[in-house]
This record gives sequence, structure tokens and C-alpha cells, in this order.
Amino acid sequence: MSDSAKPQELYAKRIPIVPRSITGPFRNFKTAILVLAYAVYFGLPWLPWQRADGASQAVMFDIPGRRYLLFDLVVHPQEVFWLALLLFIAAVLLFFVTALVGRAFCGYFCFQTLWTDAFIWIEHLIQGERPNRMKLMREPWSNKEKLLKVGLTRLLWWLLSFWTALTFILYFGYAPELVVDFFTGQGAGAAYITTLALTVTTYLAAGMLREHVCMFICPYGRFQSAMYDPGTLSVHYDKRRGEGTAGRSAARAGLRTLEERHAQGHGDCIDCGLCVQVCPVGIDIRQGMQFKCISCGLCIDACNNIMAKMQYPKGLIRYDSETNLVAAQPRPGLHLEWKNVKVLGYGASLVLMTGYLFYSIATRQSFDHSIQQIRQPLFVTLSDGSIRNRYQIRLTNISGHEETYTIEARGLPAGALDIGSFKQVVVKNGKSVIVQASVKLDPARAQRLDQFEFVIRNSQGDTVVDEARFFAK
Amino acid sequence: MANETPRTPVQTTGHVWDGDLQEYNNPLPAWWIYGFYITVTFAVIYWIIYPSWPFGKSFLPGVSKVTYVNAEGQEETWHWNTRAKLLKETQDAAAMQKPYYDKIASLPYDKVTKDPELSSFVLSAGKAIFSDNCAPCHQAGGQGKVGHFPNLTDDDWLYGGSFDKISETIHKGRRGYMPPFAEALEPTQVDALANYVLSLSGQKVDAAKAAEGNKLFHSQAAACYYCHGDNAKGRPIIGSANLTDKVWLWADVPGAKDDAAKVAAVKQVINNGLNRGVMPAWEGRLKPEQIKLLTVYVHELGGGK
Repeated sequence: MSDSAKPQELYAKRIPIVPRSITGPFRNFKTAILVLAYAVYFGLPWLPWQRADGASQAVMFDIPGRRYLLFDLVVHPQEVFWLALLLFIAAVLLFFVTALVGRAFCGYFCFQTLWTDAFIWIEHLIQGERPNRMKLMREPWSNKEKLLKVGLTRLLWWLLSFWTALTFILYFGYAPELVVDFFTGQGAGAAYITTLALTVTTYLAAGMLREHVCMFICPYGRFQSAMYDPGTLSVHYDKRRGEGTAGRSAARAGLRTLEERHAQGHGDCIDCGLCVQVCPVGIDIRQGMQFKCISCGLCIDACNNIMAKMQYPKGLIRYDSETNLVAAQPRPGLHLEWKNVKVLGYGASLVLMTGYLFYSIATRQSFDHSIQQIRQPLFVTLSDGSIRNRYQIRLTNISGHEETYTIEARGLPAGALDIGSFKQVVVKNGKSVIVQASVKLDPARAQRLDQFEFVIRNSQGDTVVDEARFFAK
Repeated sequence: MANETPRTPVQTTGHVWDGDLQEYNNPLPAWWIYGFYITVTFAVIYWIIYPSWPFGKSFLPGVSKVTYVNAEGQEETWHWNTRAKLLKETQDAAAMQKPYYDKIASLPYDKVTKDPELSSFVLSAGKAIFSDNCAPCHQAGGQGKVGHFPNLTDDDWLYGGSFDKISETIHKGRRGYMPPFAEALEPTQVDALANYVLSLSGQKVDAAKAAEGNKLFHSQAAACYYCHGDNAKGRPIIGSANLTDKVWLWADVPGAKDDAAKVAAVKQVINNGLNRGVMPAWEGRLKPEQIKLLTVYVHELGGGK
């Protein structure tokens, strides 16, 4: 920084950033993501889905029922490792994408970016373009126009924040009922508290803090640079081209065409400052790569618009890699540097883990079981001297309908297994039952056998085989 | 920090020591101050809702209330406190279990064990009642302790292992007694009896001594048969032990190091007798539905007949 020699203040006063709106392919991409993300987030709880048991809502996190309903997939607590897998996949995807194209997540997909973008859009809608907003900002509050426009902006912000928060709780209940209950004061206390908390935090994060979240709060931004290498794509200003030998200069008379500029040693940057004005985190990309940059590409749109207007070649600011920028003969266009161990490694783990997740979901049993040996006592000597071990078998039916199960043993003499009254165990959907099984062996056999298998079968023929141990001493 | 605000001169409190030592008056950050005000507001709201300050000889109870139904069936309302909250939560939990208890109370024993849902409830609720009341003697899993408390998971029952007998045992308690024979019998006679008793369950013994013991067992001199029966299989009506099976309660035969130790363990019981087989009655302490559930639980521990 140019002024680093000055004494540093402990607190730097925040300078409000008032980004100018811009058109271009990156802006369109960003808008498309925003619309898609909002459509999914705000629409999903309202998507109906026919279901035999449970609410007819496509996605619902049924906490009292201890299950997640995701379309036709019902996730039970014992499948929580899927969540761990999903988180792992998400993390590796982030690493993979970052190693290839830099902070694409920050610029386009992060909720902070999306909601801030929406808030800025509202601001722009009510208060107008950047100069109008800055003018309004300087007005005193006694100005009726400022009061009205800023007030309306903030009101809309609160409304969006509130609807964001309300939508969040709709994922945890049957949306049509929950909304009615919420507004008639019959909702659960947790619903009101959550809505209030999320409304306030959304408003603060997207309306007040904005880029401060990225700079001071967000951990991703801190460690994303660890995935960078000189081949990683990120938003760069082509300093060689922009500055030339005599630096940038405005497009005054005599400096309008590239030939004139190059003849006098000036670069292609006409110092219009538009790239700075459109930046939502308020940086000047021409000062080089900076930690605040979220790689959203709006400055590329801005610069390309100007270049087109000036009839200069586009791409003065562009997605490029450090190696390419300093190369003697920079290659034109986008080049993904994927042929390195890091990217390939991330890619391989991504494919492997995603494959495993789908495999695990596709091959899961329609029921869940656990077999526990009763350890108090580990074994019992019966009156005729034979040895008995007992086991507690818990069956959880997650098939979606009532099911009948049979429990058998393999590797035991006939009659050794006793499962009490339950030759057939009927379990209602979503319920668990505990069955006590005991195995009785004569003393000689008990000393020899130390392992056998339980075979649990449902009426559909789904079978699980589980090893069990037998103790006699 | 491209646009730094110019430094304003620091204010002082006006206090000066030693001519030039001044006290700065740097304000706390605004967010900190507001955070402080919020905690103050929170505290005031908290004082109003919950019990807070000592007041005269009592205290301010707060406006929050807890209502529950006490053991006598009367509704009681207290100011919020953890005890009332516990009673309320206990009552709520009992209300949740009530349908199960009602169903168990209305069904015969074997119907309960055949219903997977009720049976699962018995296994979990029974474990809790057992742990609170029975585990101190019979141990957490019902495995008992040789020489002290019977094992409830084997198939040997002093007083019978049917649902009705188990229920009777829990309701009324039991008192087992065996007189000491050290005064009445010669040491050689006790030795012979011990050998005979061990032979009944297939232990290695001195055959001659065992034969003599057999005679003594069925004689008027020792009169063992009187309680343990002619066939030594015990009499559940008085709770005398079956001496022919492999289960030992009072003499720790399975834990003995060698044959001599086994004989010693049995002699110990014959010489000193027993007055320890006491189980208290639970009918006044547990509710009838709890005892019924416990009966099924104990029956399902593995030994029920």
C-alpha cells in the first residue's frame, strides 16, 4: 500500500462501498446463479411430494420424527455418515475448483455474495445508480427524499431478510401449516427465535457488514489462497499492457487510439476507474492480486465494455494465471492448468467419494439392525451344565411400510438358538423393536465354538448376515 | 487503508500528576457499549421472569410459573424453580409411558411377551426400574453374586420361575433359612455329606465318603432330605436349593481352585447354615403396574419358565 508509512490507526473507519451496476457476461452469469439459487432456496419447501407416511413436502428435515425427507430418500440418524461424506465432497470440490479457477465460490456461489448482491440490487432499484446513491448519502436526514428512499430500501431489506429466515424454518415443518401457525401465533417458540435471529443476522450481514464478512469473518477466504499456485486462474489486470512504459493515462485528445498511446509509451488503461466503481468489495484490481478480491469478474465486464467502446482489444482485465501474465509470449484465451498432482488428486478424491456416496445410498438395506452381546453376565451356566449367551437385537424398519422379519443363526446346532416368542417379528414403519435372542450349547460344544452368524431376513428377501461371538469362559 | 481519517487529538481527563503525567480519556468502542447495554436489559428481564433477589424474609419469585399434578392428584402451581420443573417433567414422562403401562396391566403375561412393541418397552423401562431397585443386590444385568444373591439369568429358581411365582417373590419378598449343622454333626459326617452333595452334580469325589454321606442325607441324624427332598432336587415351596444341578448359589464351587476347595466350600455352608437369603418385599414401594412390568423383565432375563 502506498501510505503504509503513515501511522496506523487502531480502527479504520469503514468507507461505504457503493458499487455501480454493470452489464456483461460475468454479470449475467452471476445473476443467473442468483436467480437459480433463490428459486431453489425459496421454492423448495413449497414443492409438494406424494409420500406414504409423513408430510407431502419434497424436502423436509423432520426433527421430531428423527429423519430427513429428501424427495424419495428418507435419511435416518444412523446414516449420518452420509452427511460427513457430503461435507467431505463439498470441501474437496471447493479445493478442486479453487486450485483450477481460484475463488469462484466466493464470487458467484457464496450466500454472502448472493444476498449482498440482492441487497445492492434493491438499493439500486430504489435509490438509483451510484452517483445518485452517493449524493443521497451526503444529504442530511431532514431531506424527505432521502428519508423516503433510504427508508424504503431498508424496509425491503428487512422484508427479504425476514422471508429468508422464515423460509429456513419451513424446511423443518410442513410449510403450508407452519406459515399459518407462524402468523397466527401458534408456532413453536424455537420457530420465532430462529426467525428473529436469522432475520437480524441476514440484515446485518448483507445490508450492513457486506464485504467485511469476507475480510474479517469468513475463514474460507483465509485458506483459499493456500490452494493457489502460479498456474491458478484468477482475476488479473494485465499491468504490462495497461501501463506501458509511461503508465496509464486518460484518453485525452492525441491519446485516443492505441497507435497514439503506444507511440508515447502509454498503456491501454485509460484510467476511467470503472473497474473500481463496480467492485463490490471496493478494491482497485490494478494494484495487483489482493486478499479482498472475491473473483466475481464484474471488473472484467466493466473493463471489456470500455475496451469495446474505445475499440481496443478486450481482456485488459481478465481471468488468467500468474505464469501466463509474466510469460514472454502470453497465450491468449483461458487455459486450465489441470495437469498437476494437486488438481488430479482433488479430482480423484472427488470422484471416489461421490461414487461411494451414491453406491452407499443405492445399496442401503430397507432395515437397520444392531446385534449386541449382553455382557452382564457374559455367559451363564445352566442347571444341566450347558452354557448360554444372550444377545439383544435391535431392528429398525426404514422401508416405508410395515415389515416382517425372521431371525436365524448359521453355524449353530439345530435348536441352539432361541428367540423367544418371535419366530416372526413385525415392525411398523419407522419404528424399532428389541428382540432378545439366546444361544444354548452343551459344555463340550460351548468350549469349541466361539463364533457364529446371525441371518436376518425381511419378507422381501433382503438379508443381512452378522457375525456374533460366543463366550464360555 | 487508503482513506485514513486524520488523527484527532486525544482527550484527557484533566488529571495531571508529576507535572506532565496525564490520564487519557479514550472511549470504549461503540459496539462494546451497546453490548453492555444489551446485557443490562437482559438481566432486568431475567429478574422479572425468574426468581432473583432476596426480599425481606423471602425473595422475589418471578412471574414465570410451573404447574403440575402432585402425587395426590391435586394441581399445584409454583414459581419457576428446578424442583417444580423436574416434577413437571417427571409427570410428562409418566404420561407418555402411561399407554404402555395400561396396555401391559390389561394383558396376560404371555401376551405382553409376544407383542414386539410392548416387549421392547418392557426391556427398556424394565431395565430402568431394575437398575434403581434390584441391581444393588442382583447386579446390573441380574447376574447376582455367588454366596450372596441369586443369579436371575440362569434357569434355576429356588421359589419357582413362572410369571406368577416371580410376581409373588417381588410382591412379598423371600426369606431363606438353613440351620447350622456344626453342633449337631461330627466333622467326619459333614465331610461325608459334602462329598455326597458334590457327587450329585457330577463333581469328582471320594466315593466311600459320598456313599456314607448318602446314608446320612436320608437319615434322621442329619435329615437333609427333609428340606432338600428325597431326590435332593429341592422344594420350591420353601425355597430349598436343588443340589443336583450345576448352578451354585451359596457355595462357590465353580470358583474353587481344586477338589479340596470345593469340599471346603460345601462344608462351610453345612457347618454354618444360612440366614442370608433375605429379599425384601416390594409391594409397598413399587406400583402394581411397575411390579408387573418388572416381573416380565425378570422373566425375560433368561430364566423364566
